[in-house]
Formats: sequence, structure tokens, C-alpha cells
Amino acid sequence: MTPILLTPFDISIAASLIILDAALSIWLGIRLHRQLAIAAARMVVQLVAIGYVLKFAFSLDNPLATLLLVIVMVLVAAREVAARPERRFKGNSNLVIGAISVGFATFVTAILALTTAIRPQPWFDPHYAIPLAGIILGNVLNAASLSLDSLLGSVRRERPAIEARLSLGESYREATAPLVREAIRRGLLPIINQMSAAGIVTLPGIMTGQILAGLDPLEAVKYQILLMFLLSGGSGLSALAASYLAAWRLTDERQRLRLDRLA
Amino acid sequence: MEAAFLVKGLRSAFAGPFELDLGAGACAAITGPSGSGKSLFLRMIADLDPNQGNVWLNGKERASMPAPAWRKQAIYVSAESGWWADRVIEHFATGSQSDAATLAARLGLRDNVLNAPVSQLSTGEKQRLSLARALLLNPRVLLLDEPTGSLDEESVTRVEAVLQERMANGTSILLVTHDPKQAARLGSQHYHMMAGHLVTA
Repeated sequence: MTPILLTPFDISIAASLIILDAALSIWLGIRLHRQLAIAAARMVVQLVAIGYVLKFAFSLDNPLATLLLVIVMVLVAAREVAARPERRFKGNSNLVIGAISVGFATFVTAILALTTAIRPQPWFDPHYAIPLAGIILGNVLNAASLSLDSLLGSVRRERPAIEARLSLGESYREATAPLVREAIRRGLLPIINQMSAAGIVTLPGIMTGQILAGLDPLEAVKYQILLMFLLSGGSGLSALAASYLAAWRLTDERQRLRLDRLA
Repeated sequence: MEAAFLVKGLRSAFAGPFELDLGAGACAAITGPSGSGKSLFLRMIADLDPNQGNVWLNGKERASMPAPAWRKQAIYVSAESGWWADRVIEHFATGSQSDAATLAARLGLRDNVLNAPVSQLSTGEKQRLSLARALLLNPRVLLLDEPTGSLDEESVTRVEAVLQERMANGTSILLVTHDPKQAARLGSQHYHMMAGHLVTA
């Protein structure tokens, strides 16, 4: 089965819906038409640009170029993880924690999938590696930023409890264990919701895309199931890494609670 | 006399340097205005905040032992108590619960307070329970930050009686208090904290 290819004309018909939105905004005085136009234009420019980047990366077909692109994607994701929490570390610890947790989780799950389940030839074929890394990154970023936000918020709120435990001779690890657990749990909630709602509340995007592109629904379902497993594994790893790294950064060799390291 | 508890050149970016020399069973009472560094001093001894300097307990230096082991021997009881579980009883070690009940009664706490949820405790009850929690670990040194700050007169008398008994058994106490009468009743050494410096009163 060949996919039905879209022509610029097909897309411009759909674009008229944006014009309809804008007209509604002007008519009802919602004053969103400017933002709407900017967002639509940004979306088109960004997606076309990434289309060319992908096409270029595919044509290079060079493992090093693929790796470089994935690293850039990881760094952008790390910046998002670092920027999200209300509480931040002084200096660039947020960024380092974001990069390590997101990068680690993405590389582990993507390489596992590419070498065992999907198995393109070679396994680092950019047609598979880059989109797969991208979709894992999106989820892993979510998990890491929720965990980091939870930990940094709760550690400040629970300071008297943590310090009371430390004063009674408990280790830093024991004193902060409930907070680390809660942070990991927070990071895992979105993927659990996604898995429970998959197919009933939402038709996942990848599966929809593959069905639209002409793939048999059951084959598309298999891909989606594989992907959900990958995403939950990735979310778990990044939530774990972000929570433990942040907890570790908040203590020192004398097992103190170092809130002075937060901005 | 060989001091049981010795502080030398203890300082941080915010307070000190401090010198202190306290015998076994003695009590150093520290008074002084709010924000002068009294709590910081106790926290530095307990090694809860970054600091430099040396502290010895019975000839053993603080730096020679892991921080949790040190804190267990020189327990800091903060003015604002901390709680990490829903019920009071969960904050006491499993083996210590009958001792906890006895001590709670001596401190004038209501019957069954150990089974109450933490959210139902008054400030004064929390304060005495957090002191009890520390006393049950039998530390060599108690670092008490306004232990009777929100207590009525009768409870203050009960708390002081328990502290006197501990001192008679050799426990040394560093007591931060706003009440000069309490300082006079319990203290064998008297200090005044002024802008991060300890002066003999």
C-alpha cells in the first residue's frame, strides 16, 4: 500500500481553517488572531525546517552525524527540564541533571529498541534512530522535569522533617527516601495515564500516522505497544536519574541538607 | 578537670568563631536577641550547616566519625519540630514505645498522645514530643533550642525536672532560651550571644 501524498493545495484547504479561527477571533473580540497567526506560521516554519534537517541527515547516512543530531536534541530537552521547576539550583546543576537523566534514559531505551526489537540494517540507520530518539525524548523530558520539580519543591517544604531525622542520627538517604520515592512516582504518572487511556480515550499519534500512511491497523498497534513499553522504560529511568541526582546534589560529605545550593 | 565537650574555633560564614568547654552533666545557658546566631551555633555543632573548626566529645573528635553517628550523640532539638509520618507513634523506634509512653506522661502529655495523628497536636505537645524523641536515644549532649518556648508554667517545671535528672546522669546540655530565669535555674555556665559572637555573661 502506498501512502496518499499531500499536495500544497490539499494543505492550503486545511489552512483555511486557521483563517476561520482568526475570523472568529476578530468577530468575537477574543483578540487571539495575532497569536494564532504567529503560532501557525512558527509551526509551519519549524516543521518544514526539521523536514529538511531530517532529509539531510538521512542523505548523509553517517553514524557520527546521526549521533550529533541526537545529542543536540538531548541538549534542547535538557534545557527544558532545567527551566521547568519552580525551584532551581544555583549555577548550572539543573542543566547537568537534565542532560544526564534525559540523555541516559533516551540512549538506553533507543539503543535497546534498535538492536533488539526494530533491528534496522545497520541498527543506527537514521531513518529509525532519529525519529525514535525524538519520540522517546519527548516523554522522557516530561518525566524528568516532573520528578525534578517534585523533589526540589518537597525538599524545601519538608526541611524541618528532614533535619529532625538527620538530628536523630538517621542517614541523609533514609531522611529523604520518601521524597525521592514521591518524585519518581510523579514522573511516572503521565506515562501510566497514557497507557491506561491508549486506544479508549485517545488514538496514539504514531499509530494514527501509520494507519493514515496505509499500514495495517494490527501492525500499527504492534508498533504502538512496543513504543509504549519503550516510553515507560525511558520515563522510569529518567525519573529515577533526575530524582537521585537532585537529592545527591542537595547533600555533602557530612550528610547535611544543603538548601543553600538552591537559588 | 578534663572537659567532656569541647568546641574550638567553630565558625561559618555567618557566625563564630566559637569556643566552649563543657563538663559532663553541665549546662551552658545561652541567651541573646533573635537573629544573633544562637540557633546557628547549635546547628553548627550538630553539623547541620557547613562549618569549620573542631568539636570533641570525651576526647573523640567529631570529624573522626560519620555525621549520623555524631548527631546521635549530640542531638539537636530545633525550636520548630519536624514530623515525617501521619501518627505520633511512627516517630518513635519500635522497641522504645513503652519508654516513650512513660516519658510522655512525665512531661505532662495527655494519655494516648502517642496514638494521636500529628495534625491534631498543639505546638506545646509537638515541642515536648520532639524532646522526648531525642531523650529516648540517650545522647551524651543535648542541643536544645528554646525547648519550653510555647509551654505553660506547669509543663516547663516538668520538662526542667526531666532535664535536671539527665544532667545528674552525666548528659551535658547546651540550652538556648529567651527566659533569663530558666537560664539561671538550669545553667551552670552562662553566655550571651551578640551578633554571631558568644560572650560570657
